[in-house]
Amino acid sequence: MAETTDAVLQVELVAADRLVWSGQATMVIARTTEGDVGILPNHAPLLSSIIEGVVDVQTVEGETWIAAVDAGFLSVADNRVSILSERAEMSHEIDLEQARAELERCKQAGENDDEAQEKVRRAEARVRAAERAS
Amino acid sequence: MAVSVREYRARIRSTESMKKITRAMELIAASRIIKAQQRAQAAAPYARELTRAVSAVATFSNVDHALTLEPEDPKRAAVLIVTSDRGLAGAYSSSVLKEAERLIEKLKGEGKEVDLYVSGRKGEAYFKFRQRAVVEAWTGFSDQPTYDVAAEIGATLIRTFLDEEGADEVHVVYTRFRSMLSQEPTAVRLLPLEVVEGTEAPAEGDLLPLYEFEPSPSDVLDSLLPRYVQSRIFFALLQAAASELAARQKAMKSATDNADELIKKYKRIANQARQAGITQEISEIVGGVNALADAQAGSE
Repeated sequence: MAETTDAVLQVELVAADRLVWSGQATMVIARTTEGDVGILPNHAPLLSSIIEGVVDVQTVEGETWIAAVDAGFLSVADNRVSILSERAEMSHEIDLEQARAELERCKQAGENDDEAQEKVRRAEARVRAAERAS
Repeated sequence: MAVSVREYRARIRSTESMKKITRAMELIAASRIIKAQQRAQAAAPYARELTRAVSAVATFSNVDHALTLEPEDPKRAAVLIVTSDRGLAGAYSSSVLKEAERLIEKLKGEGKEVDLYVSGRKGEAYFKFRQRAVVEAWTGFSDQPTYDVAAEIGATLIRTFLDEEGADEVHVVYTRFRSMLSQEPTAVRLLPLEVVEGTEAPAEGDLLPLYEFEPSPSDVLDSLLPRYVQSRIFFALLQAAASELAARQKAMKSATDNADELIKKYKRIANQARQAGITQEISEIVGGVNALADAQAGSE
């Protein structure tokens, strides 16, 4: 891959009803159906489905943004990264206590179908995002 | 005479309080419409990125997907009609329903059976009154729809489309928001999907890159297309919400104007009646005085 050190990623984190975050970043980590992927500048074009989890964004200023997302998509092309998810929340928007309580409730429900597991994964992602931010 | 003056005064008072109500509703609709437009704008990036992704997959892979497949002999059609929950919005709901009836007639003319899906209490009531079966109705959100509702509606429609027994095509009738002054009932076919339809094609020279798909193009498409459908429904709901509010604002504005007219008219009549009463009283007094004077002159 060509070494152009000045390349940065233009990142957009988009939820169904709003643009959650957009800005420039040096690295994005997201969880796809196949496992975690890290995206650096000049990544090959990629279109992938992501699952409920945490998205890490390292901005050009050296900050780390963490967001909890639902299932959705990740598309990378020409150093533009868009993460689409029906629901997405930045870590600082999540109330940790409430997220923990939610996770407990989802686990207690103890159902084993896909929907229940999805809920648990979503709650876990929110707790993790909030914990790592604090 | 005095009675009718009181009557007119009462009428003026009631018209005035009605005017206050319609005026308040007008203002509320006007402030909500801005929010509705903002919501529609906030939802635009998601729809845009999704459309980009879908057209990327469609361009680079020849996978056929159940949601894009044209059924050979469509027999059943599902129609989703987006109406409002509340009235007092002028012809808003009835013009959507009229458009829907037109579409239903057309589909029946093509020999298809029509299943009705309704969003909004007004539509539900319309079909219930006419004793026509509605497969499913969603209510209670028409002026501020959330994505969750759109996702639920989308899931239901996709389910019936994929079901062998279910619909072979899905149409949506909603009101498009063109401007504050003009809203237009529109019918579009949602399923089977035509991918590039209705959305801006990528600009010339903006060539789509050669994507890698993970895990595979068909898997990506599998989870992409239902979301695309849901986002289209969300878009329709948002447009309908903005249209509803605009229609309500317009209706309430003309109601307020009418109330103003009415008050003016009643005030004139009341004043006239008051004048007539005064004149009559004067002429009665004068008549009385004259009679007395005559009687006195006679006795002297």
